Amino acid sequence: MMDLNTLWFVLIVVLFIGFFVLEGFDYGVGILLPFLGRTDTERRRIIHTIGPVWDGNEVWIITAGGAMFAAFPHWYATLFSGFYLALFLLLAALIVRGVAFEFRSKDRHPTWRATWDWMIFVGSAVPALLWGVALGNLLRGVPIDADMHYVGGFFDLLNPYALICGVASFTAFTTHGAIFLNLKSTDPIRTRALRATRTVGPLATAAVLAFAAATYAWTDAFARLGVNPGLVPMTAVGSMLAAGVFVHRARLGWAFAMTCLAIATSTITIFMALYPRVMVSSLNADWSLTIYNASSTPYTLTIMSVIALIFVPIVLLYQGWTYWVFRHRVTADTPLEY
Amino acid sequence: MDALTLARWQFGVTTVYHFFFVPLTIGLIWVVALLHTAWVVTDRPIYKKMTKFWGKLFLINFAMGIVTGIVQEFQFGMNWSEYSRFVGDVFGAPLAIEALVAFFLESTFLGLWIFGWDKLPKKVHLATIWMVAIGSNLSAYWILVANSFMQQPMGYVLRNGRAEMNDFLALITNPHVFVQFPHVITGAMATAAFFIMGISAWHLRKPADEEHLEAFSLSFRIGAVYALVSTLAVMTVGHTQAQYMMRVQPMKMAAAEALWDTENPAAMSLFTWGDERERRDVFAVKVPGLLSFLAYNRFDGEVRGINDLQEAYVEQYGPGDYVPPVKWTYWTFRLMVGAGMLMLALGLWAVVAVVRERFGHPWLLTAALWGIALPYIGNSTGWIFTEIGRQPWIVFGLQRTADAVSPTVSAGMVLTSLIGFAVIYGALMAADVYLLMKFARAGLAVPDLTAAGDPDAAPAPAHA
Ligand code: HDD
Ligand code: HEM
Ligand code: HEM
Repeated sequence: MMDLNTLWFVLIVVLFIGFFVLEGFDYGVGILLPFLGRTDTERRRIIHTIGPVWDGNEVWIITAGGAMFAAFPHWYATLFSGFYLALFLLLAALIVRGVAFEFRSKDRHPTWRATWDWMIFVGSAVPALLWGVALGNLLRGVPIDADMHYVGGFFDLLNPYALICGVASFTAFTTHGAIFLNLKSTDPIRTRALRATRTVGPLATAAVLAFAAATYAWTDAFARLGVNPGLVPMTAVGSMLAAGVFVHRARLGWAFAMTCLAIATSTITIFMALYPRVMVSSLNADWSLTIYNASSTPYTLTIMSVIALIFVPIVLLYQGWTYWVFRHRVTADTPLEY
Repeated sequence: MDALTLARWQFGVTTVYHFFFVPLTIGLIWVVALLHTAWVVTDRPIYKKMTKFWGKLFLINFAMGIVTGIVQEFQFGMNWSEYSRFVGDVFGAPLAIEALVAFFLESTFLGLWIFGWDKLPKKVHLATIWMVAIGSNLSAYWILVANSFMQQPMGYVLRNGRAEMNDFLALITNPHVFVQFPHVITGAMATAAFFIMGISAWHLRKPADEEHLEAFSLSFRIGAVYALVSTLAVMTVGHTQAQYMMRVQPMKMAAAEALWDTENPAAMSLFTWGDERERRDVFAVKVPGLLSFLAYNRFDGEVRGINDLQEAYVEQYGPGDYVPPVKWTYWTFRLMVGAGMLMLALGLWAVVAVVRERFGHPWLLTAALWGIALPYIGNSTGWIFTEIGRQPWIVFGLQRTADAVSPTVSAGMVLTSLIGFAVIYGALMAADVYLLMKFARAGLAVPDLTAAGDPDAAPAPAHA
């Protein structure tokens, strides 16, 4: 039987998986927007592919943040105060991105639209990179003292290992988005998206492999194995390779399933390597934050478990329904709202 | 400036900014949902056009509400890490529940509403906007549960050097939230009401075709009634709230009134220029007995003053300064109540005119247009008053703001983010106001959004 702390760790991992899988293709589409949309109408169609869902996708990370606060307050406190400037950049990106979707088509001036399109690009690219950097640092370890305080600086976060993780998340999300766009658009966007997939896909696969190798070389993940990860990391690498095969056979639906799987299993790999820690201290192993020393009381965890077990399935149901409603491709006849 | 002061400024500025957008969302959504329902029930095209018109303004505002809300969610950890550690066990729960129960609901169903016009059956599509309305108002409840804990901690014990939850039910049925939630919601409704009335008035001031005249006359009527009812409600609840505050945070009330010494019967100040350091009035105009009335519904009764309370708190909590910045609390309270008075006058005027079917008077229309600002003043000053009046506490009686700040975040870092947020928020406010004015002016016409000279222009929206 799982203890409550582990249950909450798992729930937060689930929230992160939901976030990366869903918002991952949102980010990818945003990154590709300026390159794949040649005319304004094409760009509107591209935005339309994620228009109905991007906000619901973003709530996954808001909920993950809230869940960290409620279940592991020290994790929430140390992480967000420690990675202060990085988080500020992330928030700035998310602010301009969200507003850009809503505002860009509400004025016809070309400069207005071009400006917001670049905001969508920057607002998607920066988080796509930073999330990888952040996760990498969690696992690699950052200077945390005996009082759970982060005592490093901003540039400590930009170490080679974390940067490799950032490149991996950036390229993986871009590939994920390119495949998604493929499934949701018609020519000429579709053909261009396929070309983009074939360009970025191999880079993403290489980056994910580099990430796996670097994890082996630079972290204690494989040495200590908090939990035996078994087939999970193999699945991550394997599904990335399989996605490539499907792309070449032009089986994009399958390729998308594979990038979803790759993102989910990579996330699981990282958190399994962390477990039971949530942030590794590079100063002293005993100063790491764990699901025990960073957690809330059993009482709070119990209450929150009941609520989560009721509402997470409901959310999955209605979000799933949204994807069903908007399952069709965006064509030349689709009325454009954004 | 030190990191603490900067962090407080940053929190204050970003939160007040978030709350520029929140009330309009909460109040306007009901009107959009009702208009949409009217269209589905009667099938009259004018209701659809009105739904779309107010819906557009709603969406522009909503986008700003969302992105500024994300900052709020993470700011507790960023700038107030010791606070987060101290209260996370209690305070984190409503925040997480808010996201899980309310934010998912509003954001997912809003996507369905915006993009579902010709994808969903009419009635299902109508249901989506009601889900958004429920989600937005639920979110207000949960965040106010969190805020009420800071005002009047409930459902916790002090253990292991922190506040730990021991009674979830007590936390979410905190009596404080039952006065705060109605006040905030009715204030939000008033915000939407004056917004609707003002924009309708603008359209009624100029000659228009039949359809515009009908739509904006109807909007004006809705706005006027909504304005009067919500203003009466926000004032009534405010009065109850003041009486409640008297009991749980008497210092806030004393500071709101710049009442230095205990009085019985207590006079209400209309205007006080005081000396904060020496805690005395320089010049004051007071109405005898009125403060007692506000507190107890009768013209006598003791209201404790700042000096007495300070002494009592020193005895209870140890040496320290327990007096909040009196200038701020005094003037923000007056601005809020003043805004309420003007709103009441304007609301009465408008409703009388509506009842008499003569609301074309240019003075009324001009006043209604300017009246849009009043609830914004009320909301912002109301929050500044509530939060500053609680100082020096961040959680009343449990933790001081000075002990709550992140020790590892330097003043330079906070300054960087503060300047960053200020620049971004300033630019966004300009874009937001520009779009709101543009679409408010456009009226019922469906604006053509195709880029000028685009070779493969999209077909006109099917449901225009
Ligand atoms: C009384 C109501 C109220 C108050 C006091 C606050 N908010 Fe808020 N918030 C809302 C009412 C609301 C809302 C009505 O639900 C919003 C505004 C517009 C919108 O889009 O949703 C929103 C949006 C919003 C979002 C984005 C949700 C999304 O993506 O859909 C977040 C993360 C927060 N808020 C978080 C906060 C936090 C942490 C607050 C405390 C400092 C806070 N809000 C104060
Ligand atoms: C949206 C409406 C709100 C507004 C406009 C608002 C405004 C403010 C202001 C002006 C301050 C600064 C007070 C000072 O430093 O002297 C403050 C402080 C604070 N408020 Fe609020 N507040 C709002 C809602 C909330 C809610 C819902 C919470 C919690 C859930 C909250 C948590 C805090 C915290 C933690 C502080 C301490 C930081 C500080 O002292 O600056 N606020 N708020
Ligand atoms: C004229 C009658 C009014 C009275 C007597 C009144 C009273 C109060 C009181 C006593 C508080 C502080 C509650 C506390 O900290 O415990 C408060 C807060 C507040 N007021 Fe008012 N108010 C009035 C009008 C308004 C109006 C017209 C608005 C805006 C439309 C408004 C918006 C707010 C807001 C947003 C808060 C902060 C949230 C809260 O603590 O409820 N008030 N009001």
